[in-house]
Amino acid sequence: MTETLRQINERRRHVTGGIGERWRALPKWQRAIGILAFVGFLYYLPLLGIPGLTWFRTDSIPQGNNWAGVLFLCAIYVLVAFGLNIVIGLAGLLDLGYVGFFAVGAYSVALFGSTQSPVVEGLQNRFGLSQDWAVAWAICLPLAILLTMISGVLLGWPTLRLRGDYLAIVTLGFGEIIRIIARNSDWTGGPQGIAAIPGPQGAPSPDNEIFGLIDAKPWYWLVLSVVILMVFAVRRLENSRVGRAWLAIREDEDAAAVMGVSGFKFKLWAFAMGAALGGLSGFLFASRGGFIEPTQFSAQLSILFVAMVVAGGAGNMAGVALGAFLLAYLPERFRDFSQYRTLVFGAALVLVMLFAPQGLIPSRRRARELKDRAKEAPANV
Amino acid sequence: MKGIFVDFDALFGHLGQHTVDGLSKGSIYALVALGYTLVYGVLRLINFAHSEVFMIGTFTVVGTWSVLGATDSPAIGTVILLLLAGLVAAAAVSGATAVAVERVAYRRLRRMNAPPLIFLITAIGLSLVLSEAFGIWQGRLVKGMPTVIERSVLFTIGNTEVTNVQVITVLAALIMMFGLDVFINRTRYGRGVRAVAQDPDTAALMGVNKDRVIALIFLLGGLLAGAAALLYCVRYGNTRFNVGFVLGLKAFTAAVLGGIGNLRGALLGGLLLGVVEVYAATLTSSAWEDVAAFVVLVVVLLFRPTGLLGESLGRARA
Amino acid sequence: MSDTEDLVSLPESEAPTRTDLLVVDHVTLRFGGVVALDDVSFEVRRGEILGLIGPNGAGKTTCFNAMTGVYRPTSGEVRFDGDRVSGRKPHQINRLGIARTFQNIRLFPEMTALENVMVGTDSQHFTSVPGALFRLYRKRPKPEELPVVDSHNGLVRAWQQTRLVFAKVFGISRHTLEERAGEQKALALLRFVGIADRANELARNLPYGYQRRLEIARALATEPKLLCLDEPAAGFNPAEKEQLLKLIRDIRDKGYTVLLIEHDMRLVMGVTDRIVVLEFGKKIAEGTPAEVRDNPKVIAAYLGVPADAS
Ligand SMILES: Nc1ncnc2c1ncn2[C@@H]1O[C@H](COP(=O)(O)OP(=O)(O)OP(=O)(O)O)[C@@H](O)[C@H]1O
Ligand SMILES: [Mg+2]
Repeated sequence: MTETLRQINERRRHVTGGIGERWRALPKWQRAIGILAFVGFLYYLPLLGIPGLTWFRTDSIPQGNNWAGVLFLCAIYVLVAFGLNIVIGLAGLLDLGYVGFFAVGAYSVALFGSTQSPVVEGLQNRFGLSQDWAVAWAICLPLAILLTMISGVLLGWPTLRLRGDYLAIVTLGFGEIIRIIARNSDWTGGPQGIAAIPGPQGAPSPDNEIFGLIDAKPWYWLVLSVVILMVFAVRRLENSRVGRAWLAIREDEDAAAVMGVSGFKFKLWAFAMGAALGGLSGFLFASRGGFIEPTQFSAQLSILFVAMVVAGGAGNMAGVALGAFLLAYLPERFRDFSQYRTLVFGAALVLVMLFAPQGLIPSRRRARELKDRAKEAPANV
Repeated sequence: MKGIFVDFDALFGHLGQHTVDGLSKGSIYALVALGYTLVYGVLRLINFAHSEVFMIGTFTVVGTWSVLGATDSPAIGTVILLLLAGLVAAAAVSGATAVAVERVAYRRLRRMNAPPLIFLITAIGLSLVLSEAFGIWQGRLVKGMPTVIERSVLFTIGNTEVTNVQVITVLAALIMMFGLDVFINRTRYGRGVRAVAQDPDTAALMGVNKDRVIALIFLLGGLLAGAAALLYCVRYGNTRFNVGFVLGLKAFTAAVLGGIGNLRGALLGGLLLGVVEVYAATLTSSAWEDVAAFVVLVVVLLFRPTGLLGESLGRARA
Repeated sequence: MSDTEDLVSLPESEAPTRTDLLVVDHVTLRFGGVVALDDVSFEVRRGEILGLIGPNGAGKTTCFNAMTGVYRPTSGEVRFDGDRVSGRKPHQINRLGIARTFQNIRLFPEMTALENVMVGTDSQHFTSVPGALFRLYRKRPKPEELPVVDSHNGLVRAWQQTRLVFAKVFGISRHTLEERAGEQKALALLRFVGIADRANELARNLPYGYQRRLEIARALATEPKLLCLDEPAAGFNPAEKEQLLKLIRDIRDKGYTVLLIEHDMRLVMGVTDRIVVLEFGKKIAEGTPAEVRDNPKVIAAYLGVPADAS
């Protein structure tokens, strides 16, 4: 039966001409140059003016959205996908409430950083601070990550003992609860949301030269840099004892436990790290927008997040990044069909999964590269 | 006044009233939950598109009634006709949709033994397609319909007033639940379903046609969702292209609460969830009913990790 | 107990002493109505190869599951090296020093053979998320752990020298040291069980015989005091069985204690020091291979005659 999956992969390899294999066969320095060129191109992307390629810009169509703004959103989604990939792709835990962490990150900077938030106002009154006082953006950043990690642990502690499908529904509920609390509490600003969320240069104002409300390019570059940093961070985890434990749990949790892997501990870590990345992206998203409201964190968004990870290729960083990029970009570029956007999106999801069940770029784990010393060792059979 | 404000008088002053209301609300959850549970019990997969099967049922009821020229509170004979026509049409269309969902979204994946996550994503995709198709076709606004059954108090116990709509909803759900139980536990087809649920490979060796059994459970789930759609229309009197999402979520929660894969569990979970929601809504405000529902779910799962009655369709009889 | 009265039993003086590594003490395990283990007691002595045999469904695998924390005994307890095993989680039991293989192979199919074994070696290591991410915990390297400077390409050589200086000044992170040690040990184990030539292949692509050996290597990687093998020779042809027996003897010669489940009585005779026989969840015999072979109850069990009839 699994033959069929393999056949699909064979066919794909035929079509793509084994790009992946050829790429890995290149000498290290050539790969390094290739990667550097690609990264350079990513930084150049908001300025994209090469004739022919300008077709890809989202403002090349009537009423198209600001190109750099769309790229910013794409980068945010890529960051989200990295986080969710740890949970779904590596540890194999189905989290349908990931938007909850995104929201906690966003609300952290809003509630502590905005002079208009009820929390800050409360602190001002309590400690007799001036009307302009709020927690600085740079302090909100670690605060947001800390709070999302805590919420990840709080969610995971009771629920990670549950089997996969139960976990799915409980996490879905968690995402909804966060949104409902945000909507129905006074201290979160309620349905009106919170404005005046600060950025790196402080509260939004026309004087902010770099991280302002109008020009999205610096924001995109900021998030892109964070994404690149996170590529290294997540790869460090992947290629370590932690990454192996996650994969082992995903593959066969009982066998892993008998081999000494503490399932609960590493699943909790997966939740915490996934949450931290989700919180970080929510934090950046809220900083750029300057304003958030509860409807931005619907359960549908969670489902979109899961879709981009799975359709891209769960477990593979390049895959999930591609999935996230496409799911954020395509609806913006093809706004002409705006009425049919979701319909087409749904149909595409079905087709991708039916004909490429392992995602656009399937996770084919690179064989652990042996050190030279190891290769010399004779293998007796 | 926002924030959590707990009003015990509102709840305990009319506890019976709220319980009855919760049961009638929960009956609809239970019927939809059965669809999730049937599929899960046999295939071990969450049929995310089941919510849209229900949604299509509600639109079928609207369509049937408007074709038959339904008006507000017609004569009793017409009421019965409208209910029956709505039931038959909704059950038929929902049943057909459910079977089609299995054909389009799952069969190919089943053949290649794809991991459960993949099923989930195709189901999500299909569910988007279905609800969007109706959003485009029927408009995105709330769609009203004639009030076929005028709400009236049927009888009173203490200070609890029981309305005709409540009685119809709960009775209909119980009857259908009972019918399903008999079907699964007493008939030849039901035996096939239980066999596949327990051990698909052995069942196949014993000559059970797995594909047919799977089509059957999707059909059953669809029929019940159609019935739930009719009851929903009677109770709420309106629908929308995205009603399925929240209701499906609740129904799935109900299934898990009772023990997914367990038919009686779905009934228990549905009724319990309905009651919890109505209580929570009365105690605080309707905004918090979803929170209460999920908190109850988590608490139950902590103490009984496989739901109140445990899972297993195969051993439904035991 | 009446059943076990006429067992070939040991003199009182040799009953449970410090030589016992594992003690299964009156363990009963029920699944609903099925009594999979019925008041079973035996012990595994340090350094021996103990065979656990019995017909299909006798409860051998269930016994492993009770020992490794997969199931909890209904009554009775398992002690290992003085510690109570029952009630601990599987991964804690592994830390105590019990490792096992599975009757139906349970590797991590999407990981390479080497990575499978490294999951085992990881049980001896400590790096967790902060350690892998920030690598702040550093150790002064031993001379042989320092980066080598051997390139003739000027640029590469400069890079290697920088790393050397860096390692001397700041030390090497525990993560890196553990990764290297784990990899070396995993490779050595793959060589020991004889499958090092396909170390980098995904476990699911390995041939059946390799998968069985890989399970043994993975279990050994956790540095157990007791290695439990559940029908490691299932599905092997005679030549492969012979190789496997040699491997098991090698394992014992390395100082491991081995508990071996096997159907095939003739096969176990050649390799075990003592044998425990189960039938329908009860222990029906215990003793040296020769004693067990001549035990009428065992013969009856294997010929299908009810034990009472003998
Ligand atoms: N999880 C379980 N639930 C119910 N019954 C079980 C379970 N595991 C084992 N059993 C029953 O316990 C009995 C012993 O099974 P076990 O697998 O231990 O036998 P075994 O000696 O390993 O047999 P084999 O040689 O076939 O591997 C069998 O009757 C089996 O059906
Ligand atoms: Mg066995």
